[in-house]
Amino acid sequence: MIEAIFSYEFLQNAFAAGLIIGVIAPLLGVFIVVRRLSLIADALSHVTLAGIAGSLYLSQSVAAFAMLNPLFLGIAASVAGSVLIERLRSLYKHYEELAIPIILSAGIGFGAIFISLAEGFSTDLFGYLFGSVSAVSREDLGIVAGIAIIVLAFIRLFFKELFILSFDDEYAKASGLPAKWIHFLFMIVTALVIAGSMRIVGILLVSSLMTIPVAAAMRMGKSFKGTIILSVIFGEVSVLTGLITAFYFNLAPGGTIVVTSILLLLLVICYKKITVSMKKGAVA
Amino acid sequence: MIAPLIEIDNISFEYEQTKALEDISLAVEEGDFLAILGPNGSGKSTLLKIMLGLIKPTKGAIRLFGVDAKNFRNREWIGYVSQKSNSFNSGFPATVAEVVTGGLVKKTGLFRRIPKTEKANVKEALEAVGMEGFMENRMSELSGGQQQRVFIARALVAKPKVLILDEPTVGIDHRNVQSFYNMLASLNRDKDITLILVTHDVDTVTDRITHVACLNQTIHFHGFKDQLHTMSDEQREAWYGHSVRKIHHIGGSHSYD
Repeated sequence: MIEAIFSYEFLQNAFAAGLIIGVIAPLLGVFIVVRRLSLIADALSHVTLAGIAGSLYLSQSVAAFAMLNPLFLGIAASVAGSVLIERLRSLYKHYEELAIPIILSAGIGFGAIFISLAEGFSTDLFGYLFGSVSAVSREDLGIVAGIAIIVLAFIRLFFKELFILSFDDEYAKASGLPAKWIHFLFMIVTALVIAGSMRIVGILLVSSLMTIPVAAAMRMGKSFKGTIILSVIFGEVSVLTGLITAFYFNLAPGGTIVVTSILLLLLVICYKKITVSMKKGAVA
Repeated sequence: MIAPLIEIDNISFEYEQTKALEDISLAVEEGDFLAILGPNGSGKSTLLKIMLGLIKPTKGAIRLFGVDAKNFRNREWIGYVSQKSNSFNSGFPATVAEVVTGGLVKKTGLFRRIPKTEKANVKEALEAVGMEGFMENRMSELSGGQQQRVFIARALVAKPKVLILDEPTVGIDHRNVQSFYNMLASLNRDKDITLILVTHDVDTVTDRITHVACLNQTIHFHGFKDQLHTMSDEQREAWYGHSVRKIHHIGGSHSYD
């Protein structure tokens, strides 16, 4: 396997992109989960689908789009979706969650239209929906790396503000933080990560890589920083195990990665149950 | 003469055409321990938010540390502790030390990391509220009263000169309210922190405070708590409506247990 990774360029790309996504998706995911925005990730991934399907369709008829990586239109759609969600959330102040099904179905709706218009890209599309080991190009890898730099810089620069905002947003506003702006940037960075992760995990499963490793880490982590580190470790283990099994058994990596992360989560829950009952036993 | 730390000059505030506050003037001097008392809906929280600069009054002026609120830049001088019950994400996986360190966000400024040297200040702030033994505990493991002490430590860590608390004892076990107010009184006495407090615990708080403001859209009384008995029955009636009996003995020499 190791030899194969080094000898095939497509495998190098998939593993390098996987390693990067294994860090940035759970890292940002921690903030998404604690801020109770998990479903927004889902909505945005479906909007990304619309962008990619649109780009694939246009590439059949417009020459300029044939040259363009569909990821770019996917990213643009995802970022636009994040802005629209915020607009809708402030429009329906008392029903903020309404923004999510609206944007999610809009994404699938446009996606379905573009897919049926184009008819002929079913293999490509399968890769976009469930991830692919073989479809990651050097250019895709470059885009993922670029997104990773933006994400890491954003978290490095705004870590303490994001922490306060996630923990207690009333306090954040009371201490005079530019909460609105930071939240806006956060949504855009989230949109970027979703579009970037999609090549490996697939549109339908992107949000799981941002939430399941975090769900496991939250049971184990003693502190916020500890939870972040554990999330990234769980994310990496899921991505690597998932990619290797996907390659060997010719499966969609989105499926194997998510199933691995679910197994990890179950292990953590069982481990926690056992240690807690052992502690209780020791006390009694 | 030193300017009052907070000076409110004839302010009014309307919320969707309803008057919430009317012609309020109030000065808080260094070292005061002021309790703002009043029935539900009397505008107490609104007044605090105006003091914090979170909302602008419809009319009137506020000076903070002698500077017009619009031009006031030293936000870290004013600490704020909100009502515990309606804020904060209770399942959040953070330790007490991490939460208190969060109080340094504004002081540190955008794009900068909180320096490691602040660790000593975090510990000191937790000592001031008697929570230094819980630094590595997760917030979710603490009781309501302990959590509220942590939030006060978070406000203290930036070394504020004024601490504003909005009904800080809501959600605290009744038995712990006394020791909570003792802790506040010692912050006021030993650390020279000016305290402004909105509360319902009229009976418990009166022993520790220096000043009282009776609010119900407008100020019905403001001054040393010892002078509160000079309020006439009519004034009390106007301030608190029918439930006057409850606060009748403020300013007297009752002992509370």
